Amino acid sequence: MDIVKLTLVKEPELYLEAENITPDHFAGKTAQQIGELHVHLGNTTAKISDYFTVEGKAGATAADTKIIISGPTDKVKYIGMKMTAGEIEVQGNTDMYTAAWMAGGKIHVKGNVDSFCGIGMTGGEFIVDGNAKNYLGASYRGDWRGMMGGKIIVKGNAGSDTATFMNGGTIDIGGNVDVHLGTHAEGGKIIVRGNAKGRVGGQMVKGDIFVLGQVERMMPSYILKGEEEVELDGKKQLFQVWIGDMGERHAKRKGEIIYGKIYIPAGAGAVQAAAPRAERKKKLTDKQLEQVKEAFKNQSPTVQQVRTYIYDTFDIDMKPMQVSRLIDSLKR
Amino acid sequence: MSEYIIKNGKVYDPKTGIKGEVSDVCIKDGKIADKVSNKAKVIDAKGKTVMAGAVEIHAHVAGPKVNEGRNYRPEDKLFTYQPTGKNTRMSGGFSIPTTFKTGYEYARMGFTTVMEAAMPPLYARHVHEEIKDTPIVDEGAFPVFGNNWFVFEYLKNNEMDNVCAYISWLLKTTKGYAVKIVNPGGSEAWGWGENCTTVNDPVPYFDITPAEIVKGLLTANEKMGLPHSIHIHQNNLGNPGNYETTLDTLKIAEGVKPNNKFGREQVLHSTHVQFHSYKGDSWATFESGAKEIADYFNKNKNMTMDLGCVTLDETTTMTADGPFEHHLTSLNHLKWANVDVELETSSGIVPYVYDPNIKVCAIQWCIGLELGLLAKDPMRTFVTTDHPNAGPFTRYPRIYKWLMSNKSRQDMLKGFKNSDKVIAATNLASIDREITMFELAQMTRAGPAKALGLYNIFGGLAPGMDADVVVYDLDEDKVKNPEEIEKAFSAADYVFKSGTMVVEHGEVVSNGNKRTLWVDAKVPENKQVERDVQMKFLKFYSMNLANYEVSNHYVPNPYVIEVDSN
Repeated sequence: MDIVKLTLVKEPELYLEAENITPDHFAGKTAQQIGELHVHLGNTTAKISDYFTVEGKAGATAADTKIIISGPTDKVKYIGMKMTAGEIEVQGNTDMYTAAWMAGGKIHVKGNVDSFCGIGMTGGEFIVDGNAKNYLGASYRGDWRGMMGGKIIVKGNAGSDTATFMNGGTIDIGGNVDVHLGTHAEGGKIIVRGNAKGRVGGQMVKGDIFVLGQVERMMPSYILKGEEEVELDGKKQLFQVWIGDMGERHAKRKGEIIYGKIYIPAGAGAVQAAAPRAERKKKLTDKQLEQVKEAFKNQSPTVQQVRTYIYDTFDIDMKPMQVSRLIDSLKR
Repeated sequence: MSEYIIKNGKVYDPKTGIKGEVSDVCIKDGKIADKVSNKAKVIDAKGKTVMAGAVEIHAHVAGPKVNEGRNYRPEDKLFTYQPTGKNTRMSGGFSIPTTFKTGYEYARMGFTTVMEAAMPPLYARHVHEEIKDTPIVDEGAFPVFGNNWFVFEYLKNNEMDNVCAYISWLLKTTKGYAVKIVNPGGSEAWGWGENCTTVNDPVPYFDITPAEIVKGLLTANEKMGLPHSIHIHQNNLGNPGNYETTLDTLKIAEGVKPNNKFGREQVLHSTHVQFHSYKGDSWATFESGAKEIADYFNKNKNMTMDLGCVTLDETTTMTADGPFEHHLTSLNHLKWANVDVELETSSGIVPYVYDPNIKVCAIQWCIGLELGLLAKDPMRTFVTTDHPNAGPFTRYPRIYKWLMSNKSRQDMLKGFKNSDKVIAATNLASIDREITMFELAQMTRAGPAKALGLYNIFGGLAPGMDADVVVYDLDEDKVKNPEEIEKAFSAADYVFKSGTMVVEHGEVVSNGNKRTLWVDAKVPENKQVERDVQMKFLKFYSMNLANYEVSNHYVPNPYVIEVDSN
C-alpha cells in the first residue's frame, strides 16, 4: 500500500472544503498531481498544495492508497467524502462531513470530529478516538436515507440527533450521547456505552438501540416488554427490552409486528417513563426582596438589570418572565 | 432586429408539411420570413435537424406547491448547483429545479413555450412571481376550476351564463390561460376526508358528481370559445383498474363539436394519461390498460392527450389531487405536505422513487411509452412527464430516444429485474413502431400548439409565425446509436426565441424576452356573479378581494389573447 502524507502548513482563514481528499481521487497520481486537485474556500477555489505539503505517491487504485493527514485540520470539511476503498488517517481533529456518504475503506480520526460526520454512509469503517458532534451517521437534511451500512466507532461522546433515519449498519459510542438518538430509525444497531439523554428512539419503527448506562428519561411511547438475554460483544447479557415507538406505523413479518427496540441492562434500576420535572422553583426570601427593592429605589430598571443583580448578589438564576413579574410586584 | 438565415438543414415542419427536405429558414424582426437581405447572419445547418421551438402543454414549474417542494426537499438540490455563468444565474435542483434552471434547461432542449399546469387561484400571485423569474420561455398558467365552490353552485343550479362569467372573471383576475380540472369533486371531498373515485360519486354537501362538473365546464368552455379546451386530470389517478374511470370521463366529451376561432379541434385534453391507464384489481395483478385507452382515443377525434411518461428517476410528486397524495404517502411512508386552498382546491406533495427493480414502476414506464406508440395520431398525442410527477422534464430527450428506437426500449425491457412479469403485464414488447422525426415534431411542436389554440404563432415555421426555431445536431438517417438521439435533444445546437438567439452550441447565450400568455374572454356584464364574488370574499375567504387580483405589475410582459365570448 502506497502512502500519501498531507501536512497542513497554512491554516485556512475560512473553512476548507476538501472533498477531493479521498483515496479515490488520489489513486494513480503523483504528489504533484495530487497537489493540483482543487479545494474550495468560501466562493473561491484553490489547490491542495496551497494549504498542504504533499509527500509520497498514491497507489494504482484507491484500495492501494493510504492518506495520512497531519497539522491543525480543525477547519477542514468533507475529508473522505464518498470514498469507496483505501485508508485515511487523520492525526488531529476534522470539521463537518468527514466520511459523509462513505461506501468502503477505513477512516481513522485520532482527534475529534464535528457534526454531520458519516451521514448517509453505506459501507466501510469510520473510527473516531475523540468526540463527535451532532448528526453522526444521520441523513442529509431532508433526506430519509441515513446511515445504511458500515460501522462507526466513536470512543468519546456524541452529540444530539445521532443516527437520525438510520437504516442499517452499526454505531458504537464509548461515551454518552445527547438527545434524539435514532430518531426515525428503520434498522441498524446503535450501542451507547455511557448514558443517553432523553428522546431515545423517537418515531423509530425498526432497529436496535443498546444503552449500557442510563436513559435519562424514556419516551412515553415505549412499553417495557420484559427481560431478555441478548448477545452483545460476544457474550450473553440480560437486558430490559422496551418496544416502540407506539405512535408510529409498524410492519408485520410472519404475523408478528416489528418494533424498534431499546435495550437497557437488567438491574440498572427502574427506568421510569417520562419522570416529572425535578427542578425546584427559584424564589427569593423576603429579606432578599427588600434588598432588591432598595437597590432599584426610584428607578425603572430593565428585566436584564434586575436579573443580573439577583444573579450576582444571591447566585440565583431566575427566568426573565419571573423577574418581570417580580418587578411588577415591587412597583405595587 | 437582426436577421438570420438557417441554411441547408433538414427541416421538419407539420405546419408547412416539410418532412425532412433540405431547405432554408429565414428569421426577420422576430418572425419567420420568406426571405432576408444579404446582411442576414448565416447559420450552417448542413446535416442537422431544424424544427420549430417545442411547446410544453403540461408541467408543474411555478407556484406554491413547486416552491414548497423545493423548500422541503433540500436533498433534491444536493450536488446539483451550477455557479453563476456568463449569461446565467446560479441554478440547481433536480426534480424541482430553481426557476432559473427551469428556464435554462427548457431552452437548451429547444423548448420556447411552457404551460404551468395547475394554478390555485388564491396563490396566483405566487405563480406569476415565479413565472416572471423563469427566463427565456413564454409561459401561461391554468387556474384550477374542478373543485371550485362557485362552479359547483352555478352548475348545480344549471346557471350556465354565470359559469361563463365566473370563468371569464377568474381568468382575467388570475391572468390564467385555460380551464384546468383536477380530480373533479375529489379534491373538495378530501376536505371531508373522502374522495370521488368514479364519475358518479357525489361531492359531500354540494351533491354534485364529477360527471356533472366535467360536462358543465366543457359546455361553458365551448360556449365561450376559449383557445384551449378543458384540460383534465381525471378521478381515481394512480389506482389499479382506473382505466374504466378514465373511459367514463372521456365518454362525456363524445360527439361534442369544438367551437373556437383558434383552429383547435379538440373539446377535451386528457393529461398524464399514463397514470389513468391501469388494469388489474390490486398492485399484485397490476397491468397495462394502454391499449383500451389508445383504441378509444384513436376512434374519437375530438380529444387530445399527453402521456405522462415515467422516467424511472427519484422525483417529487405534486398535484392538486390532495387525496391521492395522502394515499401515496401511506404507500411509501415518505414525507408528505398537504394544504387546503379554501374555496378552490387542495394540494399535496410526496417524494417518490421510481425504481426499475420494482415491478409496478417498470410497468408504469411501459404504459407511458405504449400510449405514445399505440396512439395513431401524433397531432393529438403529446410527450410529457407531468413534470415532476412521473419524472423531471429534463428527461424528455430520453423519452424521445425510447419512442424513436425500438432497440433502446427492448434493451430496457430485458434489463428489468422482473422482466418476464413486466413483459407479461404490458404490450410494449410486441410494439415495434418507431416514431419518426416528423412525428416527433407533431408530438412536441405542432400538436401541443394546436391544442392550446396557439398554432397561428407557435409550433410551426410558416412565414409570419413567431421565430422560435431550433437546430439539433442530429441527422435522422445517420443515427447509428440511440444514445445520439438523447444527446442531441439534451442540448440544441441553436435555439431562437422570437428571433433572438438564446442558445448556441448547447449554452445559454441570452435570457430572451419572455412573455406571459393569458386569455381575456369578454362576456356580457353579470351583476349576479359580481355580487356572489363579493359575498364569498366577505363570508369565507381569508383574504380581501383587493389583494386577490394578479395586478399588472406581476405580469410585466404580457401576451394577451382576446376572445369575444359575448
